[in-house]
Amino acid sequence: MLWKCGANVYEYRRERERRFKGDVRRVQAMVGVQEAAHPRLVTPGEVISQDTSFMRGHGTYMEKGVQVASVAGYVTRVNRLITVTPLRQMYQGAVGDTVVGRITRVQTNRWKVDVNSRLDAELRLSNIQLPGGEQRRCNVEDERDMRALLTEGDLVCVEVQKICDDGLLRLAARNIKFGKLSQGTLLAVSPSLIVQDKQRMHDLPCGARVVFGANGYVYITPTVPQEQASTYIVNFEEVPVEVRKTIGRLRNCIKLLAHHSIMISPTSVMTAFDMSIEQEFEIKDLLKPDVMQDVALATVQSMNE
Amino acid sequence: MADISLSEAEKRYIVDGVKLGIRVDGRERLDYRQLEIETGLVSTANGSARVRLGCTDVLITVKMEMEPPPPQQPKDGQIHFFVNCSANAAPEFEGRGGEDLATSLSAMLDRLYSSPLSLDTSRLCVVPGKHVKVLYVDVEILECGGNLFDTVSLGVKAALWATRMPRIYITGEDGGELEFMVSDNPQEVDRVDVSNAPILITHLRITENLTVIDPTPEEECCGPVQVVVGVTPKGLITTTQQLGAGTFAPQTLSASLKSAQELGVKIHHQLMQRLQQEESIPNRKTKGFL
Repeated sequence: MLWKCGANVYEYRRERERRFKGDVRRVQAMVGVQEAAHPRLVTPGEVISQDTSFMRGHGTYMEKGVQVASVAGYVTRVNRLITVTPLRQMYQGAVGDTVVGRITRVQTNRWKVDVNSRLDAELRLSNIQLPGGEQRRCNVEDERDMRALLTEGDLVCVEVQKICDDGLLRLAARNIKFGKLSQGTLLAVSPSLIVQDKQRMHDLPCGARVVFGANGYVYITPTVPQEQASTYIVNFEEVPVEVRKTIGRLRNCIKLLAHHSIMISPTSVMTAFDMSIEQEFEIKDLLKPDVMQDVALATVQSMNE
Repeated sequence: MADISLSEAEKRYIVDGVKLGIRVDGRERLDYRQLEIETGLVSTANGSARVRLGCTDVLITVKMEMEPPPPQQPKDGQIHFFVNCSANAAPEFEGRGGEDLATSLSAMLDRLYSSPLSLDTSRLCVVPGKHVKVLYVDVEILECGGNLFDTVSLGVKAALWATRMPRIYITGEDGGELEFMVSDNPQEVDRVDVSNAPILITHLRITENLTVIDPTPEEECCGPVQVVVGVTPKGLITTTQQLGAGTFAPQTLSASLKSAQELGVKIHHQLMQRLQQEESIPNRKTKGFL
């Protein structure tokens, strides 16, 4: 009886260590620390260094001659520059990022898009590829028909073209791969959990397409054939049950990865997906906290091998 | 509830899913999300409970006061409900935005507990005609993630179950006025009998003759109309209410009522099992909000 209790306590401690190591590893991968040293985590108001010769980077400020952190994150030091990179922050935007956004307003010649940031971003009519295929200048009729292309509530996959001085993002959808998103389901996670990747749209081997928006909006949709005449006509065909099961499982896997602060990338999502099938969990079982924890631990373990 | 906008494509995906029997998160039509209940959080109240169903979070507290009863009901105690939609729960609850929802919720709870069979208020009487116990139930909506009515009713039942009222003794009479002594002994407590307390079950009609239980905010956006049914542990329906602008076909309505009855009995049984399990843990430390 005693032996059994001892084994349980040992398991619990090992599990907690595993989770902490997972967090540390995620931060280490971002910081690029070679040694096995734990990265230094600071909270807002914590004194980083008393040395005034250091240059103050982002995330710090000087108070009474000492350098203090202004955000909760980890400290990085490059020569004489100290910065604090926050662990979680709102999406700031970077030129060239692919994001998923929701149209909130239709204005004269632009749409306002919610991209999980401080301000709603702007998508101008002149920055999208108009239907008809060939490049042409937009005219008055196009301005009146804006709602026919994109209306309030629609989801779009677009690229960040420019960041204005006040933080407003200018978006563009000049390529055939950008445009209105078809049937599927949207998930919102913290943008800090999305792995940096040139390619954002992935056709996963399980039979679904996932768009990992850099702003934390992840959209899961059934795989569509590459040839599409116009990206502004939505396919309303009924999605079959098998594909729905895949999408539901993927959705629950991404939710549980986000809940356990595991970085979200096509690899980690597919690993979690395969683990959940291997351990024979039903899709709705993945909503239970103990099952979520099991799959998360199994994913981290499998990815470290 | 919370206003979120969805694209036509997303709505179609949700509606087709319900028709095919598999919802967005893999649940079936009549499945609930994960339910977490904890009682005894607020030490300054006679009873408290916190319920979390998916993303919906509510906090319920029960306080007991002694008051003179109204003349038409001299031998019955009373129960009053007050709901507050915190501005943290949803952006549209800012200022007075949450008042409509709060009034409809408290009206629903009043109707639910209006029958003497649900809650025996005669046991709350101390001195007939002079002093009765009044239970003030305060509901605070902390986070709105779909299916508010069910969560609140489960929380109210849990909070009433956890309510401990100190025993009141009548020590003597002093010139027409009765003297009371409130017991200091923590073991001498009176409890509220919740064996017949009902809960609410919400059916959301998504498409013709198909309803879903425990809708998420996205599903609530797709469905025009809901019916809320109050069910006792024995399977009796105490109250029904239709919410939203829409219609119910007679077959759909009777099917929803029947499934609400069956589900209600199961949920009551599981809820009481869990609450009794929680109570049997000695020296339980409350987890609270962390």
